[in-house]
Amino acid sequence: MLSLAVETELGDFGLDMELEVAPGECLALAGPSGAGKTSVLRIAAGLQRPRAGRVACGDRVWLDRANGVDLPPEQRRCGYVFQHYALFPHLSAWQNVGYGLPRRERRARAHELLERFGLAHRADAHPATLSGGERQRVALARALAVRPDALLLDEPLSALDARTRAAAGRELAAVLHEAGVPALLVTHDFQEAALLGDRVGVMDLGKVVQLGSASELAAEPASTFVADFTGAVVLIGTASAGEGGLTRVTLEGGGEVTSPEPASGPVAVTVFPWDITLAPPGTVDPGSARNHLDVEVVSVTAVGNRVRVGLAAPQPLTAELTEPAVERLHVHPGGRVVASWKATATRLLPLEANRS
Amino acid sequence: MRWFALPLALALVFLVLPVLAIFLDRPPGELLDALREPGALDALWLSLQTSVTALAIIVVVGTPAAYLLATRRFRGRALVITLIELPLVLPPAVAGIALLAAVGPSGILGGAIEDAGVRLTFETAGVVVALTFVASPYYLRQAQAAFGALDPSWLEASRTLGASPARTFARVAVPTATPGLMTGGALAFGRALGEFGATLMFAGSLAGITQTAPLAIYERFATDFEAALALSAVLVAVSAAILLSVKFVEGSALARG
Repeated sequence: MLSLAVETELGDFGLDMELEVAPGECLALAGPSGAGKTSVLRIAAGLQRPRAGRVACGDRVWLDRANGVDLPPEQRRCGYVFQHYALFPHLSAWQNVGYGLPRRERRARAHELLERFGLAHRADAHPATLSGGERQRVALARALAVRPDALLLDEPLSALDARTRAAAGRELAAVLHEAGVPALLVTHDFQEAALLGDRVGVMDLGKVVQLGSASELAAEPASTFVADFTGAVVLIGTASAGEGGLTRVTLEGGGEVTSPEPASGPVAVTVFPWDITLAPPGTVDPGSARNHLDVEVVSVTAVGNRVRVGLAAPQPLTAELTEPAVERLHVHPGGRVVASWKATATRLLPLEANRS
Repeated sequence: MRWFALPLALALVFLVLPVLAIFLDRPPGELLDALREPGALDALWLSLQTSVTALAIIVVVGTPAAYLLATRRFRGRALVITLIELPLVLPPAVAGIALLAAVGPSGILGGAIEDAGVRLTFETAGVVVALTFVASPYYLRQAQAAFGALDPSWLEASRTLGASPARTFARVAVPTATPGLMTGGALAFGRALGEFGATLMFAGSLAGITQTAPLAIYERFATDFEAALALSAVLVAVSAAILLSVKFVEGSALARG
């Protein structure tokens, strides 16, 4: 168990958090850049000293400001994967992996780990000649080589291109579970956190604003910040009672949507881009969708095998479609379409409570 | 751009012609014969010995000192950096006087040094002190820049992998900063080899004991111009070799990325 309860100043806001990670579990802290995510890792590793707090791993206390305990990084036994991997440029791949090992087992264990990560043939290559994915695996192997009591990972996938990222992410998830130690990971990408974290904590300005499984966060965001961060579209409007026990929301700037969730007054309407379908203007959606908005297409961007369509309703929203669907509908910037989604895919968050 | 070629040509001729003249003024055979004179070789040998000793002291003490300056932020750091760079801009004669006032026989530390049984003036050890004093800022500056340019996460990665600060210094910082350290060492060595004023004032010019090659050149130029030329030619060759090796180290470091 890795437990951390710390308080410190970070620029113009305070870091204040308490968290526990079980052996074999991966807790992903996700938040925008500047939320203090990396500082949490640095404090855990002993690279940064908080004003107050305690960090312990298993039965070893790494830091206890109240009792003057502050182990230097080299005594904490935590594997740290740095954001840009921080491989030693003057050492080959196997020498990087073996850096933290005693001489007698260095060569054998380093090669064994490289073999496991499918990099046996790159053992003598220097970091400058390795691809992004290879560097990421060398960095991971180097952190695991010392048999750490905990793993700390800073944006482990963000330095990779989109093609390598998916495969590397699946592999990393498997490795983290196999390692059997508490793993604390930070990322600015909610999808990455959802893929790698057993639990996800959304961070904003030094605090965890919501902690839970990725699906819990997406289904029941506690605030518009969390909703926005999980990738949902957020529209602002005013709620009132509608027909059949449903809630009707009049959107700012025009348009009306319904939701089964009770609410009244100013609300944030959230919906996921993949729940939104598009149809040519004037046609009636044959499905069961109740919410329809006449919108203008602003942008069309391919993301992997999907296409993200930016829309103006006039509030901005995003739909995610497959490529054939985009071609069939002739979606192009400047064109008009009808965006539709089900009432049940529409979540409402009262606004006062969340505007902090 | 054509009009810029003329000033460049002028600069080139002005800077290179005197150096070439050292080799062209007398036939090469005469230069070599002049070197056979025992005093000339003694002076060269002494220059080499004292410069190497000074460089060794500078590297052993200066490398960890520069590392600390480059990687730690502490109060008064800017002041410390300015103070250790001061000898760079000090006129050599002033450096000689300063050394006499500090560690000369009647200097503020002179008594203590004498009590310890060490003599510096008119001794080879005094030459080493003078060379170390004037040459060390060149190394410190360069080494500090080299350590400062390292990615701090390399050093942090080393620590999280179980290495102490000392091991991190030896296994990561020094190897990755080596090109910059070599450049600094070459600059300091070149400066030590050419040192004249501070050595003359602090250690004197005793043949075989404190008379380094530049001092020997000065002593001979009125009486034995040929020997002075020959010694100069050797110093030019050594300096050129140092410059070339620095360029080579920098070039190969660039190529390695």
